[in-house]
Amino acid sequence: MSVLVFIDHSEGHVKKASLEALSYGAALAGQLGTTAEGIILGTVTEDLAALGKYGVKKIHQLAQESLNHLDAQVYARIIAEAAVATGANVLIFSNNLSGKAVAPRVAVRLKAGLVSGAVALPNISNGFVVKKNVFSGKAFANISLNSPIKIVSLNPNAFAPKAGEGQAAVAALSIQAGTAKVKVVSATQATGQVPLTEAEIVVSGGRGLKGPENWGMIEELAKLLGAATACSRPVADAHWRPHNEHVGQTGIAIAPNLYIAIGISGAIQHLAGVNRSKVIAVINKDPEAPFFKAADYGIVGDAFEVVPKLIQAVKKLKGIA
Amino acid sequence: MLTLNSFGIMKILVCISKTPDTTAKIAFTQNNTKFATDGVQWIINPYDEWYALVRAIELKEKDPSTVIHLITVGAADAEPIIRKALALGGDEAIRVNADSHDSFYIASQIAAIAKDGNYDLIFTGKETIDYNGSSIGGMVAELLDLPYISLATKFDLGGTTATVVREIEGGEETDSVSLPVVVSCQKGVAEQRIPNMKGIMSARTKPLKVVEPAAVEPLTNVVSFELPPAKAGVKLVPADNPEELIRLLHEEAKAF
Ligand SMILES: Cc1cc2nc3c(=O)[nH]c(=O)nc-3n(C[C@H](O)[C@H](O)[C@H](O)COP(=O)(O)OP(=O)(O)OC[C@H]3O[C@@H](n4cnc5c(N)ncnc54)[C@H](O)[C@@H]3O)c2cc1C
Repeated sequence: MSVLVFIDHSEGHVKKASLEALSYGAALAGQLGTTAEGIILGTVTEDLAALGKYGVKKIHQLAQESLNHLDAQVYARIIAEAAVATGANVLIFSNNLSGKAVAPRVAVRLKAGLVSGAVALPNISNGFVVKKNVFSGKAFANISLNSPIKIVSLNPNAFAPKAGEGQAAVAALSIQAGTAKVKVVSATQATGQVPLTEAEIVVSGGRGLKGPENWGMIEELAKLLGAATACSRPVADAHWRPHNEHVGQTGIAIAPNLYIAIGISGAIQHLAGVNRSKVIAVINKDPEAPFFKAADYGIVGDAFEVVPKLIQAVKKLKGIA
Repeated sequence: MLTLNSFGIMKILVCISKTPDTTAKIAFTQNNTKFATDGVQWIINPYDEWYALVRAIELKEKDPSTVIHLITVGAADAEPIIRKALALGGDEAIRVNADSHDSFYIASQIAAIAKDGNYDLIFTGKETIDYNGSSIGGMVAELLDLPYISLATKFDLGGTTATVVREIEGGEETDSVSLPVVVSCQKGVAEQRIPNMKGIMSARTKPLKVVEPAAVEPLTNVVSFELPPAKAGVKLVPADNPEELIRLLHEEAKAF
């Protein structure tokens, strides 16, 4: 019996979402009275043993460069084999793009119940019940996993990583990697930007900003706050901003610590993607904008006057200029 | 295992789910164990409709010999939705006559149909907007031992090879894969369409086959639902003093 946590990485680094998954796995192992271990496929530049500080005792690695591109089929087979070999009865993934590609396949291989989008530790007082996000952030469901092996895919930003002390033992997996049926032709990483789903702060703009030429102040505010940028659907549809910034019911769902919405009306479909944000601040010139009902803080005002002043205020706070 | 169908005709299976409208009021009954369906409008899950189905239709427009089957796992009340999908396009539909259980149950039903259907392509939407599972495509692929490309933003076919752009953590990847393959579709794959009168009329006579479900045990079940706690209300800051908002976010909300 143990908890096995899938460690996702790109460009040589372990993803922040995986640190959350490691901490979650360790906390769950504590509840269950067992130990948590990690599994990583491919190679990273950082010291894996140091991940022990998130509470995992051992990390299983299959250190082959060919695995640095995640292939769902190849990954699923290795992870399922490793789960059986290590006697894992709970597997933890981050419900990020990698987790969404791999976890369902692993679930089938292990005949394991899967909860994707978990937002809290399981309740094990009576079975194994996990709270997950449903109806696009408008509700939660408590899901009971009834299979001997269980898989929990944790929503990014739902569980804060907890670093303590400790080193993990790193052990090499002896499993054949196998060859992928999918050939990767090319891959591009948006470097230097904070990935939207991992961002702790998101600055988002809507149609109220009038046109793509006005996004300079959004980007500047985001940069000062170490935030990612996002937008409403019509903004992406009009190609003012790239599609991968579109948040909402039909875009990306996010749950940052702070969501700053500028010139966005707050339509129900938009809110569905951002309503799990811990704090929402809204800047809109219309006092009747529905977004104010979902907000914690707000300014009724013209974005073109307010945002430059916000930028100055952040600069002052951070001691810049 | 699926093999490429030998007739030289492209066969596509599109998975269609029925979901509450995006503006539906989310509430629960029976001691918070059931979704309150009173007054709820039902729609085709937007990802299934706008991206998966429309892309399949586009492929058929390029190569009219292409055959499109739609599949839904659901009770009889899913039929208006599947007819709506047929009005957009597609040749025939299959309804697996079962109340929907968990993702594994649904994926197993789809795989059971697909196994004998000689499909070259199986399309799903990125996720359903009610359960937000994002797992049917991957499960179907594993059940059929097929490659799975998740969260595609572009899909092109050249003969029996698909070129797919998909979203990966922090970027995108272009993949090349031989058919058959399972692909989950999101924004970028196609543009939303409105059904026309001709489509609506012809949908009425397109075959809709009802099949009984395979015996499958779900692995999970819903114990209860909850609504998020209500917000305390917005604290407004005067527009002539935006510094105060930064102060509040910093000192009170401790957001940075
Ligand atoms: C099935 C379906 C799915 C959808 N999915 C999504 C989704 O995923 N994400 C999404 O965002 N939308 C989605 N929508 C669209 C959604 O209903 C809204 O139309 C959209 O969110 C509106 O975008 P907006 O707020 O940017 O624009 P608008 O509604 O046009 O609002 C602009 C706002 O800017 C304010 N404003 C104007 N000028 C200024 C100024 N100078 N300073 C400050 N404020 C100003 C206005 O008061 C207004 O509130 C969906 C719709 C449907 C039907």
